[in-house]
This record gives sequence, structure tokens and C-alpha cells, in this order.
Amino acid sequence: MNWITKTFPNVISLGWSTDQGWGLAIYQTLYMTFTSAIVGGILGLIFGFGLVLFAEDGILPNRPIYWILDKIVSIFRAIPFIILLAFIMPFTLLLVHTTIGVNAALVPLSLGIFPFYARQVQNALISVDDGIIEAAQAFGATTTEIIFKVYLREALADLIRVSTVTLISLVGLTAMAGAIGSGGLGNTAISIGYNRFQSDVTLVATLLIIVFIFIIQFIGDFLAKIASHK
Amino acid sequence: MSEKSPIIKLENIDVIFEQKKQTIHAVKDVSLDIYPGDIYGIVGYSGAGKSTLVRTINLLQKPTHGNVIVSGTNLATDNNGLESYIPNKDLRNERKKIGMIFQHFNLMNERTVAQNVLFPIAHLKLTKDQRQQKVNELLDLVGLADRANAYPSQLSGGQKQRVAIARALASEPEILISDEATSALDPKTTNSILLLLKKLNVELGLTIVLITHEMQAVKEIANKVAVMENGEVIERGSLLEIFTAPEKQLTKDFIDTATNLEDGLRKVQNQGIVQNLQSPDILVQLSYAGASTDEPLISTLFKEFNVSANILFGNVEILQNTPVGTLITILSGQQQDIKTAIASIEQNGVEVKILKGALA
Repeated sequence: MNWITKTFPNVISLGWSTDQGWGLAIYQTLYMTFTSAIVGGILGLIFGFGLVLFAEDGILPNRPIYWILDKIVSIFRAIPFIILLAFIMPFTLLLVHTTIGVNAALVPLSLGIFPFYARQVQNALISVDDGIIEAAQAFGATTTEIIFKVYLREALADLIRVSTVTLISLVGLTAMAGAIGSGGLGNTAISIGYNRFQSDVTLVATLLIIVFIFIIQFIGDFLAKIASHK
Repeated sequence: MSEKSPIIKLENIDVIFEQKKQTIHAVKDVSLDIYPGDIYGIVGYSGAGKSTLVRTINLLQKPTHGNVIVSGTNLATDNNGLESYIPNKDLRNERKKIGMIFQHFNLMNERTVAQNVLFPIAHLKLTKDQRQQKVNELLDLVGLADRANAYPSQLSGGQKQRVAIARALASEPEILISDEATSALDPKTTNSILLLLKKLNVELGLTIVLITHEMQAVKEIANKVAVMENGEVIERGSLLEIFTAPEKQLTKDFIDTATNLEDGLRKVQNQGIVQNLQSPDILVQLSYAGASTDEPLISTLFKEFNVSANILFGNVEILQNTPVGTLITILSGQQQDIKTAIASIEQNGVEVKILKGALA
């Protein structure tokens, strides 16, 4: 114990359940990651499906809708996240009535991750063989049946894989949001560890993030393996 | 069969693809009548438009012009150049009456054999027992009853195509469209799939439209044939007509791929016995179809005309229960005897073509 208090004095003094404690930081990271994963995930799925269904060779070809979806995704993909954080602040204020803290971070996180996820979903769905879709059409399947019973089912393993990748990117974004004051482990690492020259805090925060990412990767790989019968 | 009305009627079908830089006329003014119980073979090289043409039958490909009438229902109608199609909801119902199988099987990889087979009838809300029974029936029909819980990746190509056939039959269609269904399979598996299709045709009265680039497949089971080139049907008729009296060069080429006659001829020409042919012996090709083969051709030549026949190459097919054959033989004997013999067998319906040597 003595060795630990000597090597990591600042880590210990931060405590677990204080204002800036580890417990809160971990909770905030989980909260930001999963809440924005749900919002950004739903948006990303909708846009990803839209990009496949409305494409010229999709089952509901529609050039204007495809064009709009494609441009929205491209534009948001092009804005660096750190700039997006600042850029959409008025919108954040409007939506959650604050520009600091974890809830304020949810807006840029969701908007930052959804175009990335949309492209990943698009790629996963495109990898479903056209022939399988054509067969479903030939047997009189409705569009809804093709979306839910064919695309979603056939691409499930790929969708799990891209969701894992997206979730890991999202953890990275929460750390970046942390740097400008949203809380979480990123905030601990930068505004406490780095800014106050407490390198032991930075180290432990980093290790915790790595563990978190490894857990996500492990669960993702496991689920993808179960889902795949190819 | 001719009194019946066609189950599939394609009238003046045009399919035109407008692309950015060019217009592709994939199907040009094709009309086709397919009658109940037919196995209609559509042959052509890739790019001939045969896939595009048959896809108009279930509107997977919408025709630019022309009428598509399946089982008396208009799926596409040409109103003086303005094409109209059946509403989507009705189209889906009509599609359930038309089964389809594909070159690459197109089974869903993430569903078991049983789930794949039930896919077309998912809307029927069957009980668990009924579903089980349906799966058993269908898999029994295609000889795969023991693989219901396997995934497609665990099956061989031939087994996958059997599952695809079972799936195509789930909604009890009257028509089965086979789009190059045997092209990805080895010859032995191809044959077993063709026999299965024939069995379904006989037992269920299924009308089959068979697209292929392999004349062999058509020869095996079809009763009618259309040959396509550059979007047009250039020749059509009963299997026997097409095989015994092809008119177009492409048709002849296709038939040759099934009979290997050209290859046989080439090999025969290189044999010493042919190269050193002594007059008055001649090398002839004897072609016959149907009843004339009931006469013992070769022994007649010898017994009645004293002409001996040395068979160098032969190909005999049974098409639609009619024997069709080609023999390449050297006829030897007295010149006069050979002449009389040829005249006699020609009168019996055997076509004689002299390949080498001459009769004075």
C-alpha cells in the first residue's frame, strides 16, 4: 500500500466519490458513450439504410432523397470533431439549455458519430449479395420484409462489427469532449492530470479507457461470431 | 397441347436501358408463348438478353414496351407505346405464383435450410406443426430431408440449388424460372438437378422456363427451345426440330456443343484410314431422326447392297423419346452398290453427306 501511495499520490487523493472522483468520471464516460451511441446509432442506422435503399441500384431508387442523405452525411463527416463541439454550441444550448457538462456533450457526440456510423452501416448493408435481395423480391417480399428479414438479418454480424468499431471511436470522442469540460475520464486525464502536472492521474485515466475499449471489443467480437453463419 | 392457352405470354417485349452515354437495347421485340407443362429452353451466349427477357415474366425487369401476361393476368401492358404495370401489391401476389432459381442460388446465409425454404410463405402464419410439415414435404421432394437445420455454408453447390428449388416451390407456383441454375455446378450435379426439374415437371405439372448457355442442359429436359442473339429470338421450335434441322449458324454451333460432332469430325479426318481413303470408298455422314432408326441401318447396307460400313464416329441422342443420331462412316464396296445403297437409305429418311471421296 505504501508503494501505491508513493507512486500514485494524486490518484489516491482524487478519491472515488468526490466531485472529481474516479467513480464519477467512469460513470460520466459510460453515460456519454452509451447515450450518444443510442441517439447517434439510431440516426446512423436510418441514414445508413436510406443510403442503401434509395441508391440508384437500391430497392427504392430515389435520386433526390439519396442526394440529400449523402450530402448531410458527407458534410458532418468532414467537420473535425473538436471544431464541431464549438460550432454547434448554439444548437446545443437550444436543445439541452446548457453548453457545459455531460448533457451538453451528448449533442455534439451524437452528431459527430452518426455520419461515421451511417457510412459503416451503408457498407455493411451493401455487402449483402444483390442476388439475395433479388430472390426476396422474386418471392413477393414487401419492402419492410426486405429491410427487416433480409438486410438486417443477413448483415447482422457485419452490423455488430461496425457498431463495435463505432463505439470505440465514440469513447475517443468522449475523451475529446472531456478536454473542453464535459467531464468523464478524458476530462480527468487532461484538466487534472495534464494541466496540473499530475502524470499519475493521466496514466490511470488512460489505462481505464484502454480497459473499457478492450471490453467493448471483446463483447463485439463475441456477438459477431455468434451471429455469423457464413 | 396446342388447344390450351399459354400460361406465359410475352408480346413484343422491348427492354431498353438508358445509360448516361448510351442506350442499350437489351431485348428487341420478342414474343413468346409458353404453354402449361412446357419445359421451355432459352439458349444464348451471355449478353444475348435471355436473362433480361425472362426477368420480365415476374417484372424483376420492367419491360420498356410490350405485354406480359401470366396465367391470364396482365402484369405489364402496352397502351400504344405507354407502358403500364400491375400495382405493387398485386404484383407481389402474382410473384408468389412464379418460382425462381438462380445461378448463385441466392440463399440467405444467416438462415437455416428450413428458414430459407419457408421464407416465401412467411406471410401465411402457419402453426409450428404446419411449418414443420411443409418443410419436410418440400425437402423430401428435393431429396434433402435430413439437412433442415443446416446453414447454406455447410452445403455443397448441388445441395444449395436443391434448397433453392424447395424454396421456389414453397408457395406452390405453377411456373418455375430457372436462370442459369446449373451453370455453377459440375456436370454430374448439373444432371441430377436437371433430372429433379424434369421430375417436378412431370409430377407437379410445373411449367419451367430454363435459361442457359449450355445446350446440353436444354437437350436433356426441354421440349421447346428458343435461341437468342443480340436481344432477339433468332430461332425457335420443338427440341426435335431445332436439333435435327437448325437453320441459323448460332443454333448449329450450340447444338454442336452438345453433340461434339465438329470435334469428332476433326479427329476422324486425322485418322490414317481416312487420309489414305481409296476410291471408290467414301467417307459419309449419316444423320437420322426418329422412325428410320428402327431399320437396322448398318446391317441392311451389308446384307442388301453388299456395302460394308466402318463406323468411325457416332452420336445418338434420345430427344423427347425420339432417337436422333449422326454416324460418320466409311462405306466400302463396289461403286454401283454404294450408289444404290445411298439412294435407298436416303429414301428411308436418312440424310447422307459425303465428306471425302466421290462417286463418279
